[in-house]
Amino acid sequence: MTFITVVTALGGGILIGLAAAILLFFNNRTAGVSGIAARLIKPWQQDSHWRLAFITGLVISAPLWRLLVGDISIQINTPLIVLAVAGLLVGYGTQLGGGCTSGHGICGNARLSPRSIVATLTFMITAGITVYLVRHVF
Amino acid sequence: MNLNLSAFASGLTLGLGLIVSQMINPVKVLSFLDVAGNWDPSLALVMAGALLTLGFLQWLIRKSLNQHSHSANTIKQANPKQIDAKLIIGSSLFGIGWGLSGLCPGPALSGLTSGLLGSYVFVATLFIGFLLFNKLHRKP
Repeated sequence: MTFITVVTALGGGILIGLAAAILLFFNNRTAGVSGIAARLIKPWQQDSHWRLAFITGLVISAPLWRLLVGDISIQINTPLIVLAVAGLLVGYGTQLGGGCTSGHGICGNARLSPRSIVATLTFMITAGITVYLVRHVF
Repeated sequence: MNLNLSAFASGLTLGLGLIVSQMINPVKVLSFLDVAGNWDPSLALVMAGALLTLGFLQWLIRKSLNQHSHSANTIKQANPKQIDAKLIIGSSLFGIGWGLSGLCPGPALSGLTSGLLGSYVFVATLFIGFLLFNKLHRKP
């Protein structure tokens, strides 16, 4: 790990924490991306405009960065069929488990919620096992 | 502040954080999850930075709101102590999908404009997964 990597990792993390604090302070909401995105679709909720605004900000961040700062490295080496299955698992799983890396992993853990701590350990361990199986066994 | 404006600012800041930390890059995320391979531990620092920042700001918010009736403690959420099969199974399915792709919802959405077919496929089936859950578990 180079010095630059440490700075960008910590700096990026601080921005992510700040983002969650903004939504908590002004909207009194948890910045869980899976929950916010899922409630954009049926059944559409009356108060969903803020959700649309949040997702818009999230999606627009990359083109804005490319316009003002420069390139973003995004590489996907996973076959499309595997990505399709992964998307389904992430979509269904985050709804059943009530959160993802942001909702449980950041917001829930920051308020020391036992539910979120268990959820985070669970998805970290299963993700690690999955990568191990894909890369080192099969 | 306007609730839509603050939500937009929050989403934008989150996206910028994912870009700066490179969590937007699935290959980077997979090398963090690959403990047995050429392990890249930097994403643990992303999480540490985010947790410390949010933890501190949350403490400040609580402190400043405690005098008012509008408290951050009234935020709607599941009982934080309720640990059930749904939580474990759901989080496991999510973990398997995350490990297969290196993508979770935040980075998938912030990387949606990368022009990669894989991004579109993942986000499309992500929303199908949301719909599937609604069909199976949110019957009126």
